[in-house]
Amino acid sequence: MSDLVWQSAAELARRVKAKEISAVDLSRAYLDRIAALDPKLGTFLRVDKSAAIRRAVEIDGQLAKGEDVGPLAGVPIALKDVLVTEGLATTAASRILGGWIPPYDGTVVARLRAAGAVILGKLNCDEFAMGSSNENSAYKPCKNPWDLTRTPGGSSGGSAAAVAAAFCAASLGTDTGGSIRQPAAMCGVVGVKPTYGRVSRYGVVAFASSLDQVGPLARSVEDAALLLEVISGFDPRDSTSIQEPAPKLRDAHKAGVAGLKIGLPVEYRSDDLDPEIAAAVARAADMLRDAGAAVVDVSLPHTRYALPVYYILAPAEASSNLARYDGVRYGLRKPADALIDVYKTTRGAGFGAEVKRRIMLGTYTLRSGYYDAYYKKAQQVRALIKRDFDAAFASCDAILAPVTPTPAFELGAKSNPIDMYLADVFTLSCNLAGLPGASVPAAMSGKGLPIGVQIMGKPLDEHTVLRVAGHIEANAGVRDHKPAFATQPIGAPA
Amino acid sequence: MVRLTRDEVLELAHLARLALTDDEVERLRGELAQILTHMEALSTVNTVGVAPMTHAVPMDLRLRPDEVAPSLMPEVALAAAPDKVDGQFRVPNIIKTQAES
Repeated sequence: MSDLVWQSAAELARRVKAKEISAVDLSRAYLDRIAALDPKLGTFLRVDKSAAIRRAVEIDGQLAKGEDVGPLAGVPIALKDVLVTEGLATTAASRILGGWIPPYDGTVVARLRAAGAVILGKLNCDEFAMGSSNENSAYKPCKNPWDLTRTPGGSSGGSAAAVAAAFCAASLGTDTGGSIRQPAAMCGVVGVKPTYGRVSRYGVVAFASSLDQVGPLARSVEDAALLLEVISGFDPRDSTSIQEPAPKLRDAHKAGVAGLKIGLPVEYRSDDLDPEIAAAVARAADMLRDAGAAVVDVSLPHTRYALPVYYILAPAEASSNLARYDGVRYGLRKPADALIDVYKTTRGAGFGAEVKRRIMLGTYTLRSGYYDAYYKKAQQVRALIKRDFDAAFASCDAILAPVTPTPAFELGAKSNPIDMYLADVFTLSCNLAGLPGASVPAAMSGKGLPIGVQIMGKPLDEHTVLRVAGHIEANAGVRDHKPAFATQPIGAPA
Repeated sequence: MVRLTRDEVLELAHLARLALTDDEVERLRGELAQILTHMEALSTVNTVGVAPMTHAVPMDLRLRPDEVAPSLMPEVALAAAPDKVDGQFRVPNIIKTQAES
């Protein structure tokens, strides 16, 4: 079964439907790997073995009766722990939601189930998706399968590491400022942040509502497209959901890039960029040029303001969203004599350092008297960042850029908050402008760490983003690289 | 360079409903000042006449038809409550009785 777990989600669904393999055997193959190897990696916060097997049995039964079970028939998927799952604890990797068992499924979870997916469990992440290394999880650190002394990136670190280690066929994460693309790049997998509004946020633990999007992490562009097709589309339960049908994306990766115009932002050529990352972007540009795309310079003049804009807007929205954790309706409660002290002691005990920092920052910038100087100013500069992209897309179809300033960094390497925030410097603008963006593996560093490149597209044009990503994937020559940690024999099933 | 006093941090913590230890107050005083200083870069950007952008996609708030739809039953909604009584969430008394005031 060892080769089976590395196959694409598309191929696995085909084989389950053709009854070449049973959904039960397939789920067991992943569950055995998780039991044997995950104690060293820390990708899962919760494995739901019995529910997964129960669902797989059900799918095999439906197939035996000749029923259609959907495009993800029996495909084992795992979910970042900010996605709400009925009957399965959801904590956002925070103590304040410890043990909370949601009474409903988020829309993306319901859509995956309806498509025949088997949910294996919930994945580690930074607390409330706030972080760039997964080190802010209240429960345990998550490690990078390519080098266990390094972080997998974040905040969807568990989602990226679990896919890279073949603990699931694919996963879902969320991306507010790079939280899908950055860990995907650092773990050598494909990650896609859809256009804002493309995927429903109903049943997603909210961080910054004007920026949050759910998206897939997978071992191929085709698999990411398959998942994105399933989870996309209008949802009346999300007031920011775009009224557009789910796009057809399955074949985008093989559509080729001839005739496309690819923009390279001149502002992203920073001296701080790791030379191996810069080389990977240049090599990806060559691949596109060789296949008949035109590669042109574009300018995004307000790029340097994305970081301050993001770290005003996201904490401001977070401070408001996280007001709901008050020890009254669900989650942790620390008893006190007065209600206000119930709030304060519960929140003081339940939130970790980074979450408190962002709540305090958001509270500061939203205070009366400070609002114009910070929040309103940041929203105005956000509009200028969006205008930069509108102007750039007048002369190109997609933008090619780095994902991260460096490959995966060591656990504990970034103790200063600003240093950590700089890990997102190339991914924030895409969220601020609401654009679709993807990270695709493009090279390996001299130290054997994966390097990704980023493709950003026009609003609602995930198709072109995946076309470009698919071409880079097909030509970069790193698709079959697997972390040594994940290819070791796992012995007898537990 | 932004500077924060200890009292300002305590006032923010009160507004944010966060109980902080003395160590946390001191650490946040430094960190918030450092981060806010980094944000001063925005003051140099000319934003005269630029409308604030609240969402990535222009959108109007929709109204749904005013029809009855299924929702969570009270016992389900209360299932995760740390303290409940008679189908309600229970919290410490916030209204003082005459004897207490």
